[in-house]
Amino acid sequence: MENAPVSTVSPEAPAVASKPWLPERVQSVLLAVAFPVLLVVLWHQLVVMTGTKLVPKPYQVGTMMWDFAFGGIHDDAFSGTILTHLFASMQRVYGGFALAIVIGIPLGLLIGKVKIIRQLLDPTLSLLRPIPVTAWLPLSMIFFGLGPRSAVFLVFLGAFYPILLNTIFGVRSVDPRLFEAASMLGCDGSRMFRQVVLPAAMPGIFNGLRLAHGFAWILIVVGEMTGVPTGLGSVIMDGRTLSRTDMVITGMIIIGIAGFLTDRIIVCINNWMLRWSPQHHG
Amino acid sequence: MVENTAKARRQFLSIRDVTKTFQLGADSVQALRSVNLTIDKGEFVCLIGASGCGKSTLLRIIAGFEQPTSGQICLHENTITGPGSDRGMVFQDYALFPWMTVRENISFGPRQKGLAKKYIDEITNEHLHMVGLEKFADRYPMQLSGGMKQRVAIARVLANECELLLMDEPFGALDALTRESLQQELLEIWERTKVTVIFVTHSVEEAVLLSDRVVVMTAGPGRIEADVPIELVRPREVSAIDFNQVRREITQRLTSHVAPRELKAVA
Ligand SMILES: Nc1ncnc2c1ncn2[C@@H]1O[C@H](COP(=O)(O)OP(=O)(O)O)[C@@H](O)[C@H]1O
Ligand SMILES: [Mg+2]
Repeated sequence: MENAPVSTVSPEAPAVASKPWLPERVQSVLLAVAFPVLLVVLWHQLVVMTGTKLVPKPYQVGTMMWDFAFGGIHDDAFSGTILTHLFASMQRVYGGFALAIVIGIPLGLLIGKVKIIRQLLDPTLSLLRPIPVTAWLPLSMIFFGLGPRSAVFLVFLGAFYPILLNTIFGVRSVDPRLFEAASMLGCDGSRMFRQVVLPAAMPGIFNGLRLAHGFAWILIVVGEMTGVPTGLGSVIMDGRTLSRTDMVITGMIIIGIAGFLTDRIIVCINNWMLRWSPQHHG
Repeated sequence: MVENTAKARRQFLSIRDVTKTFQLGADSVQALRSVNLTIDKGEFVCLIGASGCGKSTLLRIIAGFEQPTSGQICLHENTITGPGSDRGMVFQDYALFPWMTVRENISFGPRQKGLAKKYIDEITNEHLHMVGLEKFADRYPMQLSGGMKQRVAIARVLANECELLLMDEPFGALDALTRESLQQELLEIWERTKVTVIFVTHSVEEAVLLSDRVVVMTAGPGRIEADVPIELVRPREVSAIDFNQVRREITQRLTSHVAPRELKAVA
């Protein structure tokens, strides 16, 4: 029989001559941690060497983070309020992101697959696309007022285009034979979209989701700088106004961690949904 | 009475005066000119010809993926206007749904018909068995060899109960050993199911081995040059003397029309 399965693990895996001194996984975690530690040390040294008062030392930021999380040190308006701000921002980020998904993916599938819809919408969308999202800020404040809804709108705008464009690209790069195969097997109309166009475009869609999620966190800060009382963006803004650089840096670090963790979740979902194609694993 | 049934049989598939012209900007390419062909139910017909003579185009028009520029194709006296589940195409590059397992690929057609799950499972298992892939039912196409992928593609259209199997150089990308075993399996399936097959190939040997009739096409523009019945008894043996006679005869038909064209191109 010729039908020996093409195994996913190559039989001639490179022979390991000597055992590595650390398991691969441990090594990769150690290296990943080593670099930021090095940066923090460098930061401390630079602040000490230059004697600047404008930038806090790392341990001052650490203290601020502790106080922000648990209180009991500075005992000011920010002590122990991390969850309030984090949840406020997360709600807006995920709200705007979800809205962009719900509108961007179906629209992208339609534009990618249906010529007449592409001809109808593509020119307009291409015209609007180069406008930086931040340029919408004044208008969004008129539409939605000074507040969280304006922030959600900005996040939505920022996440919408990467999702839309990557969905369209995902559909356009599907082998047209798959659509032919589906139609000869009796699949058409909306079933075609659900059963063939959507899953076939999934690799493109997930590219878009990861990009869009990054933009969503960028824009939440811009959105929350417009007179919203809660949220990590407003914490950073307040820190600036009060010349509390430790607070600014604290806000930045928390956004970085939240964004990183959500990205890992998206990658996990990606790997599960695209388990049929190891080359698309993140 | 006898004549009546004969006529009904003849009219299973009829291709009448089919012409196809592709428009490429200002240029136009005539891929097919006045193609006429009738195929009986249960026949195994091979289309053979040099590349570019319109074999794929003809097959795609029968499948309903392309419309003829003029003329018409009728299946059971119904004009073909688009793809349908009565015809199943097996592509050279498989065109399996990569996000579906072998089982899901095979059950795709039955699932579209909204059959009961029990019935769908039954059909799927039967066809998994037919192509000998029970053990690989939960694999994804990416994890299969070329020969296995092509078996899935065959099972997928048969599970959909197509009456006419359209195969466009289905074994062209496979190695010789795999090709031989798939040729045998296809013949067994054909004898068992009595499905009608139109099989495109550019191998004379493959055509003579498999078919009841070999239809020779030539290019510039694509048309049918000869329609040769193959009366060798089955199972056929490639090394037999009569097999080689037939093969030579078909090869001559093919090359006799290539040569003058090439001479013209040189001149
Ligand atoms: N979609 C298309 N657009 C333009 N020309 C095409 C198209 N499909 C096929 N052709 C042309 O039609 C002719 C026949 O092609 P094809 O049917 O693929 O031949 P074969 O399958 O016999 O090799 C070729 O000259 C090819 O270039
Ligand atoms: Mg071809």
